[in-house]
Amino acid sequence: MKRLDFIKISEWVDSETKVLDLGCADGTLLKFLKQQKNINGYGIEIDPSNIEKGIKNKINIIQMNLEDGLSVFNDQFFDTVILSQTLQAMVNIDKIMDEMKRVGKNIIVSFPNFGFWKNRFQILNGKMPKSADLPHEWYNTPNIHLCTIKDFEDLCAKKGLTITNQLFLTDNHPIKYFSNLRGSLGIFQLTQ
Amino acid sequence: MSRSVGIVKSKIFHCKDELSLACGQSLKEFELVYETYGKLNSKKNNAILIPHALSGNHHVAGKYHKADKYPGWWDNMVGPGKPIDTNQYFVIGVNNIGGNDGSTSAKSINPKTKKIWGSSFPIVTVQDWVLAQKKLIEYLGINQLYAIVGGSLGGMQAIQWSIAYPDAVKKILCIAAAPSLTAQNIAFNEIARQAILQDDNFFKGDFYQHHTKPKKGLRIARMLGHITYLSNDAMDKKFGRKLIQGKYNYNFQKNYEIESYLNYQGDKFASSFDANTYLRMTKALDYFDLEKIYKKKLSKVCSKIKADYLVISFTSDWRFPPARSKEIVTALLDNNINVTYAEIKAETGHDAFLLHNDHYHQLISNYLRS
Repeated sequence: MKRLDFIKISEWVDSETKVLDLGCADGTLLKFLKQQKNINGYGIEIDPSNIEKGIKNKINIIQMNLEDGLSVFNDQFFDTVILSQTLQAMVNIDKIMDEMKRVGKNIIVSFPNFGFWKNRFQILNGKMPKSADLPHEWYNTPNIHLCTIKDFEDLCAKKGLTITNQLFLTDNHPIKYFSNLRGSLGIFQLTQ
Repeated sequence: MSRSVGIVKSKIFHCKDELSLACGQSLKEFELVYETYGKLNSKKNNAILIPHALSGNHHVAGKYHKADKYPGWWDNMVGPGKPIDTNQYFVIGVNNIGGNDGSTSAKSINPKTKKIWGSSFPIVTVQDWVLAQKKLIEYLGINQLYAIVGGSLGGMQAIQWSIAYPDAVKKILCIAAAPSLTAQNIAFNEIARQAILQDDNFFKGDFYQHHTKPKKGLRIARMLGHITYLSNDAMDKKFGRKLIQGKYNYNFQKNYEIESYLNYQGDKFASSFDANTYLRMTKALDYFDLEKIYKKKLSKVCSKIKADYLVISFTSDWRFPPARSKEIVTALLDNNINVTYAEIKAETGHDAFLLHNDHYHQLISNYLRS
């Protein structure tokens, strides 16, 4: 299955530019962007096994804890900074948003929408939600900062970030209307 | 052992070219002792150079004879099916100039005077070593090395290669290294040197003609070094406060196991290592400072580099800590160089780069294959 979120993200990245993927896992997205857009990409990842896989995927991967900031990179070093489905697992979201603003111009963030109707429905039923985009049990989830699409829009306004593009996906299909209710995954393109 | 390169033999490369050294002196000609494992392919593009660290040499892998107790110093890394796979790569180990194990050094005869160099042997630097290594690589008919894999002082040589000869190497694997030493590092080296220099048997470096060795000094130097290559945790785990005979002696004989270990290591080293080499190796470490050599900021120095980099550090290494490796990473990033950085969780300190660790070995193997 082709990941629509990756395809959409690649549409928001210019060819032959410098891209940083925060929490890049095994580098699948960067590899895809390299193939599609011939980008000069770097990924940040903390998990040792992902570093091994990233090397196999022939991407540049830097082992670092995102929570420590992006001090190895100079200001405005990247054309695009991507935080793909990582935001919700971070302790200090404020700090990483500031760091993304500092090192990049074009900012892309994707995250699972906690306001998705299936999530709301499960809570109404008295259970913590589980879905394709939130697959973990409540007791072992790395996702500690869940938010809704509206919450994220508020944060962007507070951070002085303008939303230039947004897209919502459910089960790999785009959602046009009532996105905060019907969208399982939100993808935002932001600029300062 | 099936995964060993087997019985190996070292060779000598005699270079008739003059080697101009950073100190201003030059060697009219020189010899490098080296070993190779695996086969150089017809395109000559599968060669990997492994420069050694402070006490290392050209004997990277394999044994000299069947009953040989000790294989080469990186035998867990180099061999058929190992991370640096000799079924695939042609691996070169070389003893540096000034080294302990056969290359031109203070123990050699000065062709001018026909006497042992001794104290008059020049101070050699990382740049000098790389110059000499380049001559060897040319002699072997190799235009471009596939990779250079270096740990510690070996990592410094790897960096220097990629700056001095940007087209002559494709991949640099720079492990537990730094762009320069810190004051603390230099301080440790100075104590080691003083121990040797003040040994009555040192004779200002001309101890050979007195048929003796500054063993006392070398012992202390090695004991000190050993402490800095290990982490506190690793030492605690291995020795703790364990007593050799389970009780206090109430004298100055060895009482703790750590004392016995350090003394054993010191003795072993002092009987086999050359004091002039030790002095020069530590000096080469101290003098390696890319910003000073090239009179530019590190990121400007790295602008010449064309090779791809894998930089590796170990969490408990306090002699070449992760922060120093990150300085290298930052300088490479500034120049849009392909770089991957791994910070390996290991409790064994600086020595971790020589020890077996599945993840570490997988990284090296994947990187060489990618």
